[in-house]
Amino acid sequence: MSGYRLENGGRIDRNRPVEFRFDGHSYQGFAGDTLASALLANGVSLFGRSFKYHRPRGIMAAGSEEPNALISVDRGAGRFTPNLRATSVEIHAGLNAFSQNRWPSLKRDFGAINDRLGMFFPAGFYNKTFMWPRSFWEKLYEPAIRKMAGLGDAPTQEDPDIYASTYAHCDLLIVGAGPAGIDAALEAMGSNKRIILIDEQDELGGGALADPALWPWLERSRKALTDASNVTILTRTTAFGYYHDNFIGAVQRLTDHMPDNSDSPREKLWRVRAGEVVLAQGAIERPLVFDGNDTPGVMLSSAAKVFANRYGAAVGKSVALMTAHDSGWHDVFALAKAGVGIKAIIDVRTEVSSALLDEANRLGINVHLNHSVTGVNGRHRVTSIQICNNDDYLGARIDCDTLLMAGGWTPSVHLWSHSKGSLAWRDEIGAYVPDQPNENVRCVGACSGGWDFGSGVIVDMLPTPKDQSRIKAFVDFQNDVTAKDIKLAVREGFRSIEHIKRYTTNGMATDQGKTSNLNGLQIASTALAKPVTDIGLTSFRPPYTPQTFGALAGHAKGALFQPTRTTNIDGWAAENGAVFELVAQWRRARYFPKMGEDMHAAVNRECVAVRSSVGIFDASTLGKIEVVGPDAAEFLNRMYTNPWKALEPGRCRYGLLLKEDGFITDDGVSARLAPDRFHLTTTTGGAARVLNMMEDYLQTEWPDLDVWLTSTTEQYAVIALQGPNARKLLEPLVEGIDLSADAFPHMAIREGTICGIPTRLFRVSFTGELGFEINVPTAYGRAVWEQLMAEGAKFDITPYGTEAMHVLRAEKGFIIVGQDTDGTITPFDAGLDWAVGKKKPDFVGKRSMARPDIVAPGRKQLVGLLTDDPNVVLEEGAQIVADPRQPIPMTMIGHVTSSYWSETLGRSIAFALVAGGHEMMGGTLHIPMPGKTHEAKVSGMVFYDAEGARLHV
Amino acid sequence: MTHHSAFSLFAKALGGHQDWPEQWPDAAPKPAYDAIIVGGGGHGLGAAYYLAKKYGITNVAVLEKGWIGGGNTGRNTTIIRSNYLYDESAHLYDHAVKLWDGLSQELNYNVMYSKRGVMMLAHNVHDVQSLQRHINANRLNGVDNEWLTPQQAKDYCPPLNISPDARHPVLGAALQRRGGTARHDSVAWGYARAAAALGVDIIQNCAVTAIRRGADGAVEGVETTRGPIATKRIGVSAAGNTSVVMQMAGLDFPLESYPLQALVSEPVKPTFPCVVMSNTVHAYMSQSDKGELVIGAGTDQYVSYSQRGALHIIEHTLAAICEIFPIYRRMRMLRTWGGIVDVTPDRSPILGKTPVKGLYVNCGWGTGGFKATPGAGDLLAYTMAKDEPHPINAPFNLDRFRNGRLIDEAAAAAVAH
Repeated sequence: MSGYRLENGGRIDRNRPVEFRFDGHSYQGFAGDTLASALLANGVSLFGRSFKYHRPRGIMAAGSEEPNALISVDRGAGRFTPNLRATSVEIHAGLNAFSQNRWPSLKRDFGAINDRLGMFFPAGFYNKTFMWPRSFWEKLYEPAIRKMAGLGDAPTQEDPDIYASTYAHCDLLIVGAGPAGIDAALEAMGSNKRIILIDEQDELGGGALADPALWPWLERSRKALTDASNVTILTRTTAFGYYHDNFIGAVQRLTDHMPDNSDSPREKLWRVRAGEVVLAQGAIERPLVFDGNDTPGVMLSSAAKVFANRYGAAVGKSVALMTAHDSGWHDVFALAKAGVGIKAIIDVRTEVSSALLDEANRLGINVHLNHSVTGVNGRHRVTSIQICNNDDYLGARIDCDTLLMAGGWTPSVHLWSHSKGSLAWRDEIGAYVPDQPNENVRCVGACSGGWDFGSGVIVDMLPTPKDQSRIKAFVDFQNDVTAKDIKLAVREGFRSIEHIKRYTTNGMATDQGKTSNLNGLQIASTALAKPVTDIGLTSFRPPYTPQTFGALAGHAKGALFQPTRTTNIDGWAAENGAVFELVAQWRRARYFPKMGEDMHAAVNRECVAVRSSVGIFDASTLGKIEVVGPDAAEFLNRMYTNPWKALEPGRCRYGLLLKEDGFITDDGVSARLAPDRFHLTTTTGGAARVLNMMEDYLQTEWPDLDVWLTSTTEQYAVIALQGPNARKLLEPLVEGIDLSADAFPHMAIREGTICGIPTRLFRVSFTGELGFEINVPTAYGRAVWEQLMAEGAKFDITPYGTEAMHVLRAEKGFIIVGQDTDGTITPFDAGLDWAVGKKKPDFVGKRSMARPDIVAPGRKQLVGLLTDDPNVVLEEGAQIVADPRQPIPMTMIGHVTSSYWSETLGRSIAFALVAGGHEMMGGTLHIPMPGKTHEAKVSGMVFYDAEGARLHV
Repeated sequence: MTHHSAFSLFAKALGGHQDWPEQWPDAAPKPAYDAIIVGGGGHGLGAAYYLAKKYGITNVAVLEKGWIGGGNTGRNTTIIRSNYLYDESAHLYDHAVKLWDGLSQELNYNVMYSKRGVMMLAHNVHDVQSLQRHINANRLNGVDNEWLTPQQAKDYCPPLNISPDARHPVLGAALQRRGGTARHDSVAWGYARAAAALGVDIIQNCAVTAIRRGADGAVEGVETTRGPIATKRIGVSAAGNTSVVMQMAGLDFPLESYPLQALVSEPVKPTFPCVVMSNTVHAYMSQSDKGELVIGAGTDQYVSYSQRGALHIIEHTLAAICEIFPIYRRMRMLRTWGGIVDVTPDRSPILGKTPVKGLYVNCGWGTGGFKATPGAGDLLAYTMAKDEPHPINAPFNLDRFRNGRLIDEAAAAAVAH
């Protein structure tokens, strides 16, 4: 044996040495090594510092349950990852890993002062102090606690890697590819079932990877499964959560084990819907609880076997075993065969099978039955251990560099429990096993409690002659929870295991209690003198192991995070210098500045152009719903506040939609195309909501109505042409429609063609000017727009954006639902009484409108507001008071909902919701802002062309 | 009860921490109490404490069907703020924030209230208008809330991405500096310990199965899994299960219960100094004193009593977090969980009397009840002691769903709790 690398054996490739770095030092391992096995082979025993006491820690396990050896990996700019387990990091050329939670270095860590003062930091200590003086909490104590807490450093730069995600469906999903999972896959392989086999490790095999006798079988099985066309094998993939109806989330790690960052995704999220699930997650060995059990060099016996047989690494040169279970004996026998020096076996039991004793004898290993380890010497590595007879406490010292622990096994029931399958306690193994399923799922192999590890006894703590209040016997290694912390919690009245967990943080570390939960439960059981089953069991919560944010986010990043919706005309706007705003999921042109113009100047120019000649506006984002069927008119009559049945085909109507609570939720102008067909419009933001609401009513309240709803928002591009010259511009381009005022009045719809393209042409106006809204199939939107721009040149046609649209509609007194109303406003509050059908027997929200408070005086009502100083443009959202001299808190009677400079009117205009506003016409209100209080008079809301002369031309 | 102090911690440490007493005794139910609180969460325990402390009613039992603090108290993301829009809400939540200040000292139990500031992001013109309306209203109500430019927001929270090219660019933020977080379990335990010291019985593993009423309809007691208990006053503070309890008194409550999920990352060294919420992107985050990034999102879409939520909610939430804070894309999610929140039609709580004499209710806090814990407890205690609501909680009556005087913060502001 050279160093700690065994001469032979293991699945590593000894022909492929790999150079890597840990804490700045260069080491050599082999392809197939993990960071843990490679460092162990180099004789490294110190891997990290614990969370609270900063105690030196080594490796405890060989897999993803490892609580101690947390390290950071730096793969270059933006590719820093903290808190990885050394046992799950595969080495590759150039790997650059660091220890964590230590300063200035791993060997000399100032934080270790906490260990010396540990007696003052028992569980829950922070609840009992740091309260005086009061102000010191935020200034001194909390920052100090925060700085000491935490494990690795957070990344500080944006991650350049990409992440993928996919869906998969299968008849059978097998989680875990140890012998049990492989057997399940082999058995199902012959059927025509679609099978997915998932395992978190880099190759199939699970426990068999540490058992060379099984390797020929493993290779045959691997080949058979790989060759089977109906089996998908996903290695380096962790099934992390089990959700409703056999829906399993899994993350596949694609590139972290490779030296260079290729362009391929780093990780991939699999969302698997399975007909049946087989869980073969195995079992995790349990540590033993005794003084000094966290010293580097103390580890699980099964882990030592994995390191020797799978990685060809000896965990020590002089190894002792402390066991309560037969499996520990078998592990050290395997180690002895692999060439690892075994010093002694210490078993807490008084009797073990003669076969074990004979084999130990044959291998020349000293055996101490009915003994326990009561102390461990060495700080950065075990140097010797103290053992005692359990009856008379007579002891001895054994020199060794490694101490293995074998405390029995805990079936991995994590995913089973996510699925809400029930658990049953099995006394003989001291663990919970799956009982009744809640989904179509089975557990096989060790995770069902069926294993061939032999038998053992469960001990909460090893017997010790020492004062138990003075020793540090760890239960949760990462969170530094000791047996006495659990006893303290019980002493202080915490009796439920959930309370004990939260008070001590046992099982709340990044390993989520994989090695600590059952020991914690046993200790609490003894302390409470109650059976384990009376104390409860903490919930298993996804994910099984920590999963990368980026993998969960998947493709939803940047532009693909809620993709921005754009209209067919958006490209033209971009090319013509539009400034955009985001509205709902859309981007819309806000204004089109000419050289040197700010928003104010551009909007003024756009507004004046519409009022004086003609403006063009992209209204394609308006929500559109096609309502079709014999009962279409009846349906709309029930949904909207106003009557629809008498509306003639070819005519339009403004519709007002309430929620059940009687408050306005949407509005829009809609047209009747035929007796059984309507073209509805909704607000841009309300399109999906309104369709859902209508479908909800149609399917659950009125399934008898013969009506179909289809979203047509994206089927039509909509171009609003507004201004006194709109008709003149349109006339030469339209065929099949008589545009004359008599033939095509305001609030009508006609079908024909424009520029040769079929159109639904609305004569409507949201500006107060003569106006048309041209609906054409989306793909033709930009072509028609450009032709209108060309034809409109002689009228000096002006494209305008949403900001000018807002000003124009406000001048005319039109509201915007969601800005001037806010979900607490009735039609009466908004001054839209006229839009409520007084004779209609019912409509959505009608009953709520009769509630006492809705008809009571003093409700907030929508009014116009004109500032005394016409140059003051109020802030939208400014609050209104009647008496500006009140001290704070002031009585607020309303707020400004919309406020603009009107170039047309040469002054500011505003809308406001004001308590009792309809009765206050002409009254003065006050708007107190920081530094200045503004005065304004209540007015009507129509500031421009009140008689509507400009519409009806 | 041992007074908590650095000195007592030191003294007990020298004794190996062997003689710490129970923080609260595990009481068995007595035959009768002057008042019973149903639900041993922070709100219910707080109510019991204030009944004993401020209103002299000490013969009180808190009945908890499981373990105290095991419901939403122990499952939320611990955000505290009071920058609500409407006067009623602002006064309600600010009452709580004032009580948070000094609560550790009052209870002699460090609840770790940390005024690190709550920042709400604006991503579009509508958000700006909405947050400005909040700021203006808060200013005139005496509630602190201030506008930050994108750069000021980044200065306050350096991990924030304020690139104008972001899918949802940050146009500004509203900051309440008094907002922050507290340690949720400590709140429940602190109230339990302080209430028990004043004579309150904390009774766990005791589910209420029926409410007994006399000939006049007034409550006379409860049936429980641990036997009948007589009382003339019952305060129900049972969050997602309130509607179930109220049906025992024949009352239908306007509540729907939804799963709400939250998650934490692995702990890391200090990286995130405050609380940030984004309604448009649907996520919020802070960093716990332990170092975990604590992340929450919206509710699942469907009503359910199942404390397991759907994966796609988690996916969306983390996508949102990574958009606002791209440096955390390589952080790892450690633990997710769900709670059941009770939601009223106007998303504001119901806190007051019920049509049944002697039956009082505190429910409907939806996704935002933790921040109100001390205030809700105090006001429920007041209402039970005086048999009339305090002016602060009077508007939050059950009758508003009949008369229409709703307090619809969500509709008004499009800001989720």
